[in-house]
Amino acid sequence: MRADIRKIVVTVEETRREMGKEVSPATRKAVAAAVIKNPFAGLYAENLEDLMAIGEELGGLLGEKAVAALGVTPHDIESYGKAAIVGEKGEWEHAAAILHPRLGKPLRAAVEKGAALVPSAKKIGGLGAAIDVPLGHKDAAFVRSHFDAVEIRIPDAPRGDEIVVAIAVTDSGRPLARVGGLQKNEIKGEDGLR
Amino acid sequence: MDILIRKFHSTLDEIFHEGGPRTARPLRRAALLAVIHNPYAGRYEPDILPMMESLNGLGVEMAGRLVTLLGGDPRAVEGYGKGAIVGAAGELEHGALWHVPGGYAMRRVLGEAKAIVPSAKKVGGPGTRLDVPVTHINASYVRSHFDAMEVCLPDGPHEDELLLALVMTTGPRIHARVGGLKASEIKGEDGLR
Repeated sequence: MRADIRKIVVTVEETRREMGKEVSPATRKAVAAAVIKNPFAGLYAENLEDLMAIGEELGGLLGEKAVAALGVTPHDIESYGKAAIVGEKGEWEHAAAILHPRLGKPLRAAVEKGAALVPSAKKIGGLGAAIDVPLGHKDAAFVRSHFDAVEIRIPDAPRGDEIVVAIAVTDSGRPLARVGGLQKNEIKGEDGLR
Repeated sequence: MDILIRKFHSTLDEIFHEGGPRTARPLRRAALLAVIHNPYAGRYEPDILPMMESLNGLGVEMAGRLVTLLGGDPRAVEGYGKGAIVGAAGELEHGALWHVPGGYAMRRVLGEAKAIVPSAKKVGGPGTRLDVPVTHINASYVRSHFDAMEVCLPDGPHEDELLLALVMTTGPRIHARVGGLKASEIKGEDGLR
């Protein structure tokens, strides 16, 4: 394992009612987040290969943990997203190195398919910083019922030399989605958009 | 009385180290939150006891879910705590309704737990954070297990809701080393030592 993981946090949110109406089946979102040591804290490195390798590792580990937390098959995952919070001794680009080059492939393996772009967010933050992980349908980015986000925050992270890396998955869209647009049963799932 | 659950939210921490030696068996801490309708919101109701018994089923469900989150074996649970956040149209006393059903549920699910379940409560809005205190399930004075777990639900509680929390952990703080009564030394008779 390349990443020095201090802790892993997994959250599951299950919504059964919204605005007094029953939500059936309940909508569910899971987030798996790892607190890792930033190998480049406090220094400028031109080559960020180590973080790209960590991203690849965490894409599989966190993707599988998040799917397992929902207790469904990879096939049943409907939307996904990713995010990173870099501690203050790190650099914006460190988040990009973890999230973008190699994290996607193992994540897609964990959720079966995943033709769509994995929506992402990143920031620099201190202990307890919250980040809203954006969510989009895994096979067709335009599915409007699945445009969403889920917040994650870890009270004791990231310390200055740490990075919080989060992956979110759902088995559903928003609780009472009713603003039209492309429906999930209409998607082709070929180009990742529709 | 029907308990209307809007949402469950669970958190599972797996802690491998905090700057010290890495452990092969990570400390696990789990929190389960339920946000429910507060039937007494917006008025002073002298008799709120009818709701307390109605919460027993929810408590047992939450405690069972926590054990599942921690691997399924109740014997792995060493610490516990509980808490409540009352939405703005309620009063602090409504949060106190959780003491008996929350504690009863965890004791029932864990079997022989002897110690009082430590608790915290407050009135707050959506996103309010609560530090749920945690102590050893059989002896409150076990120093290595004094802990707390912060919980937060971004969209709750609404003003007419109660957020109820239960927490369980599988062991001492990750690098506990400030002495005191050890878990291996407890008698487990009075719930204290």
